Amino acid sequence: MAETAARTRVAPAAERTPGAVAQSVHAYRLVVGMWMRSTMVYRASFVMTALGNFAATALDFVTIVLMFSHIQALGGFTLPEIALLYGTASTSFGLADLLAGSADRLGERVRDGTFDTLLLRPAPVLAQVAADRFALRRLGRVTQGLLVLVWSLPRVDVHWTAVNVLLLPVTLLAGAAIFCAVFVAGGAFQFWAGDAAQVQNSVTYGGATVLQYPPGIFSRDLLRGVTFVVPLAFVNWLPCLRMLGRPDPLGLPGWVDFAGVPVAVLCCALAGLVWRAGVRSYRSTGS
Amino acid sequence: MGGFYAAVVVRGFRRYATYRVATAAGVFTNTVFGLIISYSYIALWDQRPHLGGYTEAQALTYVWVGQGLLAAMAQMGGGFESELMGRINSGAIAVDLYRPADLQGWWLAADLGRAAFQLLGRGVVPIACGALVFRLALPASPVVWLLFAAAVLLGTVVSFAIRYLVGLTAFWLLDGAGVVQMSWIVALFFSGMLLPLNAFPGALGDIAQALPWSAMLQVPADVLLQRRHGTDALLALAFEAGWAAVLLAAGRLLQGVATRRVVVHGG
Repeated sequence: MAETAARTRVAPAAERTPGAVAQSVHAYRLVVGMWMRSTMVYRASFVMTALGNFAATALDFVTIVLMFSHIQALGGFTLPEIALLYGTASTSFGLADLLAGSADRLGERVRDGTFDTLLLRPAPVLAQVAADRFALRRLGRVTQGLLVLVWSLPRVDVHWTAVNVLLLPVTLLAGAAIFCAVFVAGGAFQFWAGDAAQVQNSVTYGGATVLQYPPGIFSRDLLRGVTFVVPLAFVNWLPCLRMLGRPDPLGLPGWVDFAGVPVAVLCCALAGLVWRAGVRSYRSTGS
Repeated sequence: MGGFYAAVVVRGFRRYATYRVATAAGVFTNTVFGLIISYSYIALWDQRPHLGGYTEAQALTYVWVGQGLLAAMAQMGGGFESELMGRINSGAIAVDLYRPADLQGWWLAADLGRAAFQLLGRGVVPIACGALVFRLALPASPVVWLLFAAAVLLGTVVSFAIRYLVGLTAFWLLDGAGVVQMSWIVALFFSGMLLPLNAFPGALGDIAQALPWSAMLQVPADVLLQRRHGTDALLALAFEAGWAAVLLAAGRLLQGVATRRVVVHGG
């Protein structure tokens, strides 16, 4: 009897469509707030790890700068042009990592059985997973990406028309949404794969690294993979190539440069479907 | 006593061999990153052939050897230092200290077992994949491979000795996460994982090559690529052995200071 009562209280709330988004946002904010308060108890540790996060990602750019101590251009791109690619990729990825990066630790929760706890709470599970162990220190990566981006902007040869000016923030946000979708879909993948969190890293961290370099240096198979299989090319390559007035190596039609937002929406919808399928297949640890 | 530590090595190996899916996933990641870095190096060496004295084939070999050694050298953190810190934090270290085994020797043996597994489990396949996709400059001579094996073993000991020092800081700092992170950032940069140290400009390159982290990738890679051969290869091994001895001694010294600080709370 108590069980049915609990069900009737929880289930309709989760399925009420108009309030579902608001409810998710509310749950997300509560969990994030809790983790932020717990982080701030060890303030010195927080400062150190945030700086570490900044330094770890900055090393990638230091490597590129070291490369440019020997060369004028890499794959036909100058240092500021690569900084534009780096800054946009890093900012988008950093935002997604901050908002939903914890989803890649879902495998741990599935293994140790604590995922059950999330299912029992009367709040949307995806919001809880995304906010799980929310790490404000990841602002370090966003900050570093933005700094490189701001450094590059006055140095690249871009004709700042209204379209290009608008394209930049839209690109950052659409790119973050695409990476969020990858994090969620990858998290859901761990319902089946369990121990294979590293595979997800190769798409997320690996993808972010690929996007820091000009597309022309990679093989065509790899380019097709990051355009049509995991559509990372829409995160920054296509819009940045348009801003810089360069052709894309796959010779895609010009309008795809503006397809970031619809691609992001599609990715998020697909990730949502994968997530649902993953949660449905979850059978707890006892089985 | 030697048999005891050998048993710990074997158990360390088996412990990591248990996680087969995670190992396969790690191999996949190392291969993907190997591909990405290879393409960026091809673009770089296309502009500057013979950068740092490497041909393009040598540079690509360097990339894949790096991916093969990444897990074994624990450049991005290996686990034992966090575990040691956890035991210091919880007080379990007191139990370890009255066991009839040397603390540093115990962890060294366990870490060598881990490294041996990571070398086989996560090292061989990525290098083979790299050799399938790109033309690598792998040597045919078994002597070179033997010297390389010795350089890798010594590099693993240097890596252990550094992480042991990092782990011991938990006796003073309560939360070690920051030190561990700083440690792997430095290791990643100064081992030559991001860019070969001989491609670092000017004095930065010279300093980086003289630091102990170069034993984790640059030195073994140069031995394998025969950039250091004959007497020079032996000098390279001596360089690694020297750092290993100094750092192990420093760890022993710090361990002595630290264990005098331990206060065991009675029941």
